[in-house]
Amino acid sequence: MVKDSHDNTTHIIGYGKLTTVWLILLALTALTVRVSRQELGIGHVWGSLAIASAKAGLVIAFFMHMRYEGRLLRWLLFVALLTLAIFIGFTFFDVLYR
Amino acid sequence: MSQPLHRDYAGAKLGMWLFLFTELLLFGGLFLLYGAYLARYPHEFAAAGREMHLVFGTVNTLLLITSSLLAAMAVTAIQRDQRRTVQLLLGGTILCAAIFLFNKYLEWSAEIGRGIYPNSPVLAAGPPGESVFYSLYYLTVGLHGLHVLIGAILLSVVAVRVGRGTVHGGDYVWLENGALYWHLVDLVWIFIFPLYYLIL
Repeated sequence: MVKDSHDNTTHIIGYGKLTTVWLILLALTALTVRVSRQELGIGHVWGSLAIASAKAGLVIAFFMHMRYEGRLLRWLLFVALLTLAIFIGFTFFDVLYR
Repeated sequence: MSQPLHRDYAGAKLGMWLFLFTELLLFGGLFLLYGAYLARYPHEFAAAGREMHLVFGTVNTLLLITSSLLAAMAVTAIQRDQRRTVQLLLGGTILCAAIFLFNKYLEWSAEIGRGIYPNSPVLAAGPPGESVFYSLYYLTVGLHGLHVLIGAILLSVVAVRVGRGTVHGGDYVWLENGALYWHLVDLVWIFIFPLYYLIL
């Protein structure tokens, strides 16, 4: 059988939901700019990265449809992020405690 | 059609995601370098980071987030078989990309005008940490800009194919994968923005 349609595998995300995600992303951008203008020292770095991670999570989950994907893609994403985390974690373990 | 075509949409999307993971690790490596050098030259990085144009960075962030929304909406539109809407939304995405690149041109012109570019006499005379910062900045942002350009061209091709009817509600893997690539471009900028423009 020729499978020539996406229909049975896809989930359609409505314009309203996408727009809501966009508004949250704008709010988080405003927040991250605001936070960066405060004098917080090292808190800047962690705060900014936490907000950036939240934004990235929203983009991946909704704009990139990951929330509606199957197990395979979710696991692959997890493995890719874990690999990146191991690279970064081990490098800093070396750099910071030299 | 002379022979039945086998189309594997799940496979096509899986392939795109695998490619995106390699992109993630590519930019991840550049962020790792940034982090390692930040730990080594915190004061020089802070001094150089304060020279960055926050307005350009913020405007470009808003542009990319909006363009990402339009690309995601284009996927919804094609799933509902609204081809005209898809073309308008993709046009909006590409317009955002063009404005982004124009801003980048203005920003880099201003910086190069002040003598800040890799291996410039101004940076060579300054502390080593600052030239490392700007080298990483030009490399990371330049590579990202190249991705913006490629993404815009890719989405233009998709828009043309939607117009010709080769991409439609029953077969839109080109649009889906093009949009995924575009979201990756947005994703990378989401991290470039705080690292280079905000935290220092």
